[in-house]
Amino acid sequence: MNEVLDFVPIWTLILGVGIFFYVLLDGFDLGVGMLFGLAPDTGSRNIIMNSIAPVWDGNETWLILGGVGLLAAFPLAFAIIIPALYFPILVMLLALAFRGVAFEFRFRDAEHRTFWDHGFCYGSAIATFAQGVMLGAFIQGFEVDGRHFSGTTFAFITPFSLMAGVALVFGYGLLGAGWLILKTEGEIQAAARRHGRFCLIAVLIAILVVSVWTPIQHQEIADRWFSWPNIALLAPVPIATALAAFGTWRALSGSSEVGVFIGAAILFTLSYVGIAISLWPMIVPYHYTLWEAASSPRTQAFLLVGTLFLLPVILVYTGWSYWVFRGKVRADIGYH
Amino acid sequence: MELDPVFLSRLQFAWVIAWHILLPAFTVGLASFIAVLEGLHMITRRDVYLRVSMFWIKIFSVSFGMGVVSGIVMPFQFGTNWSRFSDATADILGPLLAYEGLTAFFLEAAFLGVLLFGRKLVPPWAHFVAALMVALGTLFSSFWILAANSWMQTPAGYELIDGRFIPRDWIEIIFNPSFPYRLGHTVVGFYVTTGFAVLGVAAWLLRNGRFYSEAKIMLSMTLWLLSVLVPLQILLGDEHGLNTREHQPAKLAAIEARWETARAVPLTLFAIPDEEAETNRFAIDVPYLGSLILTHSLDGEIKGLKDFPVEDRPPVAIPFFAFRIMVGIGVLMLGMVIASWWLRWRDKLYDSQWYLRACLFMGPLGFIAVLAGWTTTEVGRQPWTVYGLMRTADSVPPSLSGSDVLISLLGYMTVYLIIFPAGIMVMARMVRKGPAGPEADSPIESGRPASPTRIQLHSEGDAS
Repeated sequence: MNEVLDFVPIWTLILGVGIFFYVLLDGFDLGVGMLFGLAPDTGSRNIIMNSIAPVWDGNETWLILGGVGLLAAFPLAFAIIIPALYFPILVMLLALAFRGVAFEFRFRDAEHRTFWDHGFCYGSAIATFAQGVMLGAFIQGFEVDGRHFSGTTFAFITPFSLMAGVALVFGYGLLGAGWLILKTEGEIQAAARRHGRFCLIAVLIAILVVSVWTPIQHQEIADRWFSWPNIALLAPVPIATALAAFGTWRALSGSSEVGVFIGAAILFTLSYVGIAISLWPMIVPYHYTLWEAASSPRTQAFLLVGTLFLLPVILVYTGWSYWVFRGKVRADIGYH
Repeated sequence: MELDPVFLSRLQFAWVIAWHILLPAFTVGLASFIAVLEGLHMITRRDVYLRVSMFWIKIFSVSFGMGVVSGIVMPFQFGTNWSRFSDATADILGPLLAYEGLTAFFLEAAFLGVLLFGRKLVPPWAHFVAALMVALGTLFSSFWILAANSWMQTPAGYELIDGRFIPRDWIEIIFNPSFPYRLGHTVVGFYVTTGFAVLGVAAWLLRNGRFYSEAKIMLSMTLWLLSVLVPLQILLGDEHGLNTREHQPAKLAAIEARWETARAVPLTLFAIPDEEAETNRFAIDVPYLGSLILTHSLDGEIKGLKDFPVEDRPPVAIPFFAFRIMVGIGVLMLGMVIASWWLRWRDKLYDSQWYLRACLFMGPLGFIAVLAGWTTTEVGRQPWTVYGLMRTADSVPPSLSGSDVLISLLGYMTVYLIIFPAGIMVMARMVRKGPAGPEADSPIESGRPASPTRIQLHSEGDAS
């Protein structure tokens, strides 16, 4: 087919935004799941869970979109990366299953409530950790032979990937704390501020470690950031990160109810942009570029037509469903 | 013993899809039923419709939640265990799966929240629209996923370039030869399955003498629907069979356990197919009926398995028996529908104890028919992932070892054997409670209770 139009940049953008939406939305969702485990009593656990009950399945839908979007737009990346992450993906899926059904089961299956409470909390934590490990392994790159992953099953376990797993637990914890500050009041909100401060410190340490570790490990990443004039052009990223961190800390300590969530979202955005700058234009790091892994222009064009129409529609009605459930959650108030 | 990653991956896929398919088999039909009930309530203002609808919405929310978590597993299977298949077919199947997500999953998820929790928060028409959107989402989802599955069965509209399938014509790809038949047969099958499940619950309530008016509505509405759909389903199944004969003759030969190509073939009601000896043992045959059903003529020709090289033949016994289970259940269903016409005419529909007991027994059979039908078509597709073009054995990642798959399979088995029985138990408990209506619901009975998120509407004051 004649290459008149190059769809790769737009698909990179769509997939990038889609995965970022997943990280942000299921991020706060999973974070709330983890903080749920720290709640002192059943009453506050009910409220915490109800703050995400109407939206969790929509949030998880972005994971499916990320997966099938990668399959459709960059199939070679899908066919290499997913087998390379066989076990972290398995663990993530099983953990997500446990925490997903817990929404319904913990009340309807009262004898086993404690079991489902644990399933919800540990399921959220394990799924998050597995996602962090995947991110770490992705940044480090995979062994590739032709169009296949050729490494060993457990090659994904490295100090760096385990560190990334722990970092994401605190990252999602921070997002979850931001959500709870937004949606709750009183003691639960105060606890979320305490937990949020703890998470923020851990997140900043993790950002610092990753920012030092990746350029040391990968010469090309070091060149990307520290050569002239890149160092000047890219300087806004770390500077903005520092400002966002400061703002988030202020919001956690002050009385702002939206500031923490927004601050955490900005920190995630900047980290995401940082990773993208480091790896660009690779989709299978250090082996295949976005263009090399792309599907045929006919495939990308066919899917693009519908996506450009459907994605804004999805954002509108998803936004509407969030709007319907706006305001503070008060699960303890009766029906009448 | 050498662990075979291909066989174990197939087993794993069968395990995760078999549990998952039970949920759409239920939620596709239930979503439409709920939308109809909500519509009837909005028009007639009769509270009984509302009570029936709220009863099923609660059950729907549990099954939908389980559908989401078991559904997220599915696209990742394509990568973790079938990456070479994905690499070869993604240019065609990728967009179909992506369109399923874009048109269906977001629609269902976003409007489900409103359907479950929003009754007091949005105007009645908006709540009804939410119910409609959820139902529409389940149908869109069926459309795209069955287009993808049908393309694997009867590939069309592609060109092969360097061992990869590249799209040539999207209309041909989506509306590939088996798609219209598979879509019709599967969706109607889902409706029928839901219908019999609702029937079983209604019969149980009637036999226990509880919630008489609610159960009557469930029973009556469902039997009217089934009166149309069960005969239609048999017709669609017949058409689907003709289509299989044309495009997947080896599959049809396995379903009917026909070894020799012949005209005027009998219908084998029962046999033990012997794949080693290439013959049937203990066969009970009805002369000419095979040709009559499969070709609609007494001397129509059916291709036999011996016409295909051994390495291109599907397993015989599994499709043969699975198909007979499905058809057998279909015949029972038709009998139930015909009996209901008689009872309705004699005005005994709601208190004929034998009939209600039969409804109770039939309640879960639709699910078994769905699994049997799915097994027939998928095992019958073997040994191919893309029919006639890509072998199942060439579809798994080279890096995957048998022990990897064994571990993951055990993981999926353990988790599914916890969450699915728990889910079924939770739904059974809801059924036992019956359609008690909103007053009987404690507001924090569930993580998604009838009214969970009491929010303070800033301008209008308290929501209640």
